Amino acid sequence: MIETTTPDEIDPHGEVTVDRVELSAELAGSEGRASSAEIAQYALWLGDDALILSQQLGAWIAHAPELEEDVALANIALDLLGHARSLLRYAGTFDDRTEDDLAYFRDEPEFRSAWLFEQPNGDFARTIARQLVASVYMYELYRALSSSSDASLAAIAAKAVKEIDYHRDHAVQWTLRLAGGTDESRRRMVRGLHDTWPYVDELFRDSRPVDALPGVAVAPSSLRDGFGAVIDAVFAEADLAVPEVEPSAAGGRQGRHFSTLGHLLAEMQVLARRHPGATW
Amino acid sequence: MTTPGGSDRETWPLFEVFVRAGRGLSHVHAGSLHAPDPEMALRNARDLYTRRGEGTSVWVVPADAITTSDPDAKGAFFESPAGKNYRHAVYYTASEGVPHL
Repeated sequence: MIETTTPDEIDPHGEVTVDRVELSAELAGSEGRASSAEIAQYALWLGDDALILSQQLGAWIAHAPELEEDVALANIALDLLGHARSLLRYAGTFDDRTEDDLAYFRDEPEFRSAWLFEQPNGDFARTIARQLVASVYMYELYRALSSSSDASLAAIAAKAVKEIDYHRDHAVQWTLRLAGGTDESRRRMVRGLHDTWPYVDELFRDSRPVDALPGVAVAPSSLRDGFGAVIDAVFAEADLAVPEVEPSAAGGRQGRHFSTLGHLLAEMQVLARRHPGATW
Repeated sequence: MTTPGGSDRETWPLFEVFVRAGRGLSHVHAGSLHAPDPEMALRNARDLYTRRGEGTSVWVVPADAITTSDPDAKGAFFESPAGKNYRHAVYYTASEGVPHL
């Protein structure tokens, strides 16, 4: 008798078991409570950056150049949403607010996201330009933050940095392909970088509360060299130049926002505000 | 192969994806995808087919590099071995004096 395997018995994905999980238990650093208003504020900064960028990338689903790219950008958006949830949950522990309170029931001036993340998607090249800056910056940030003296921030950063390593790779690959593709793709990539670059400077400005949190927070200015080295290497390979543009005044960390944030929040928050407590 | 995106009608080429679930297992066909080149195909394969921790290794192969059997010739190609028991060594007896055959 010859042993045979029917097609039903072949699991193309190998042995996968899905346990019943509580999503909240998967959040990194979920045991800790923020011990000061400054730490909570810092977590809010970073959480808002991730939340806004995640929401922006979600708008590409079903609109990306190919189905495969819909999936890639959606995966990146979901990773960022996970980071945002961890950071906002942690920020909320200081004054007993939930991650949902912070995401859905704050108004525009209460957000602390930097202007880079609030920039509109534009065309695919502009999204990739924003994504390149965002992921290179976030990689440097979370790598440094993973040795924070605050255990929760360190745990969140250690989990996030592995995912952002992939986001960075994705952005770099697309930057190289758009810059080295057709005349049209190169023109759009150069234009996307030009439109994005005014908002780079804000990411590296030191202000409260980071200067009150030595050893806990990472000083933004300390990340500039690492960021520049990666960007220079990518631009050298792609034959691109750093755009010569004036930095924007920006002001997201102080609650002053780019004109597109209000529209984004209206769309993101409408369901939670119209049906408070809604679950599905 | 023309440059993907070089004209409005040009789509990305097709790749077949093979995922190995664990050490000692073989790569199993998981599906296919479009990508502009092999490097991006590998990344797309990771997003599409290994997001739940399935794989330890992924291969991507340009679909046009695979030569396939003809689905219409299935009968002749995969005819059952029924009635060909002589193919199974169990029906042969070992010769005397050849203990280690």
